[in-house]
Amino acid sequence: MTDKPVDNRRRRLLTAATTGMGLAGTAGMLVPFAGSMLPSERAKAAGAPVEVDISGLGPGRQITVEWRGKPVWIIGRSPDDLDFLASMADSLADPDSQAAQQPAYARNPYRSIKREVLVLVGICTHLGCSPQFRPELTADADGAFLCACHGSRFDLAGRVYRNVPAPTNLVVPPHRYVSDNVILIGEDPETA
Amino acid sequence: MSLMNWIDQRFPATRVFKEHFSEYYAPKNFNFWYFFGSLALLMLVLQIVTGVLLAMNYKPDADSAFASVEYIMRDVWGGWFVRYMHSTGASFFFIVIYLHMFRGLLYGSYRNPRELIWIFGMVIYIAMMATAFFGYLLPWGQMSYWGAQVIVNLFDTIPWIGPPLAEWLRGDYVISDITLNRFYALHYLVPFLLAALVFLHIVALHKVGSNNPDGVEIKRGPRGNRWSAQAPADGVPFHPYYTVKDIWGMAVFLALFFAVVFFMPEMGGYFLEQPNFEPANPLKTPEHIAPVWYFTPYYAILRAVPSFAGTQVWGVLAMFAALVVFFFLPWLDRSPVSSMRYKGWLSRLAIGVFAISFLVLGYLGTRPPTPQLTLLAQIFTVLYFAYFLLMPWYSRIEKTKPVPERLTR
Repeated sequence: MTDKPVDNRRRRLLTAATTGMGLAGTAGMLVPFAGSMLPSERAKAAGAPVEVDISGLGPGRQITVEWRGKPVWIIGRSPDDLDFLASMADSLADPDSQAAQQPAYARNPYRSIKREVLVLVGICTHLGCSPQFRPELTADADGAFLCACHGSRFDLAGRVYRNVPAPTNLVVPPHRYVSDNVILIGEDPETA
Repeated sequence: MSLMNWIDQRFPATRVFKEHFSEYYAPKNFNFWYFFGSLALLMLVLQIVTGVLLAMNYKPDADSAFASVEYIMRDVWGGWFVRYMHSTGASFFFIVIYLHMFRGLLYGSYRNPRELIWIFGMVIYIAMMATAFFGYLLPWGQMSYWGAQVIVNLFDTIPWIGPPLAEWLRGDYVISDITLNRFYALHYLVPFLLAALVFLHIVALHKVGSNNPDGVEIKRGPRGNRWSAQAPADGVPFHPYYTVKDIWGMAVFLALFFAVVFFMPEMGGYFLEQPNFEPANPLKTPEHIAPVWYFTPYYAILRAVPSFAGTQVWGVLAMFAALVVFFFLPWLDRSPVSSMRYKGWLSRLAIGVFAISFLVLGYLGTRPPTPQLTLLAQIFTVLYFAYFLLMPWYSRIEKTKPVPERLTR
């Protein structure tokens, strides 16, 4: 023991430094703890592109495939359907697809590469339910896709109606035509 | 009693028993509404016991979870009984908690000096909701899957941090085997946090003492009763008076509980929803999805708010606000009196409208959305919030009745 008086400033500094180091170490520990809850390498690898044969697709038909764990729809449209899409603008929130919900090559009035074939991620942009396709209502103002969870409606180009819970159009995934009747979902066209 | 002495010198067993049971003086006028605190504790214990037993036979794996629940139902000795106690128990736990909370609203149990009891209670309520939500994914039925999908996507709507946050919660880009595995771990964890929170809730309660239907502080009243010269005159020892009362309440409650467990465990689709008897299918949402009944008031508020300015976050904010607003109750109530017995007609009207709004929203949350029902949900959402937000006004201006010096009955 020394007879020197207690240096309170020094003592406070050492206490603060020790506490600070302890807190920094604890905060550092949170990184691996929280990080272990991120998507694993296996979960990331499951997102490989999917090839789909669409030779059986006709107007009003729907093919559903799984890509990155989500449903992807390929939907056939008739010339009548396409004419009707042009008349929809007043009922839609984003008729010209301003929001980046589609790749640049699908930003057109039909939101597709080929007019008669629509490719969409079948997940509602509200809270992730999968809307129902109602081919019998394609020409009806009620919408071709209805999300039963919260009542959002979309037209036959996946464009969202006004005043429904979903804020944006359905997502068009990256996709390209390998041949006339085969689509690869998950990759952009080579020339795009 | 030498064994007891030996223990008491090393652990305060007798002292704690006296402080919290045999010499804890509670107001003598507790009524029917005061059963629900001890019943909530009973439900917590029952859920933990049945849950641990279910965990011994359940498999948290997307390929085998659904089948392992059916295995419990068909092949495990008494498995159906344990599982129905657990599934019915979840709903009964919420019934008890809602009545317990309503008691707090009715008699002003959240008011000074009981703000922290109320806040701990609200944290318990939210932790219960989290537990119930994690647990609902485990059977891996259609409703499990799509319910979890919708709730996790609530976080996805937050600008900027939402999408990475939702990915972190799921551990994947959609609800998957990875999500199921971690929800199982969390479903097992949170009840133990709940038990710790209940401990804090009771420590805070015993520090200030219980409120009562008159909202009169017995500690401020005269002293001296049959048991002690210092104890409040209007208090009775918790043990044996309220332990015996609560055990009687538990017996009646359990009779009702087991009637449901044995004769209507599905409760017409409200306790166990029909689409959950179908295994989860990530490619197909059921035609109509709704959460279990105890979440539906908030779900109705979520759906009532439309998206605008390019985001759907408003409905999510309204839903969370509906929960958060409860925390502020101790400071919203400006009435000079605690109990509804002495408040004026405005407060009575407000609490009545609030209770009706909660029930109507709960009903609307179970229905598919139509324009008419959405409008109704919007009206009742406004009424729900009006109860809280107008409280500083109506609780202050109304004419109250004189509060007695002592407990009345």
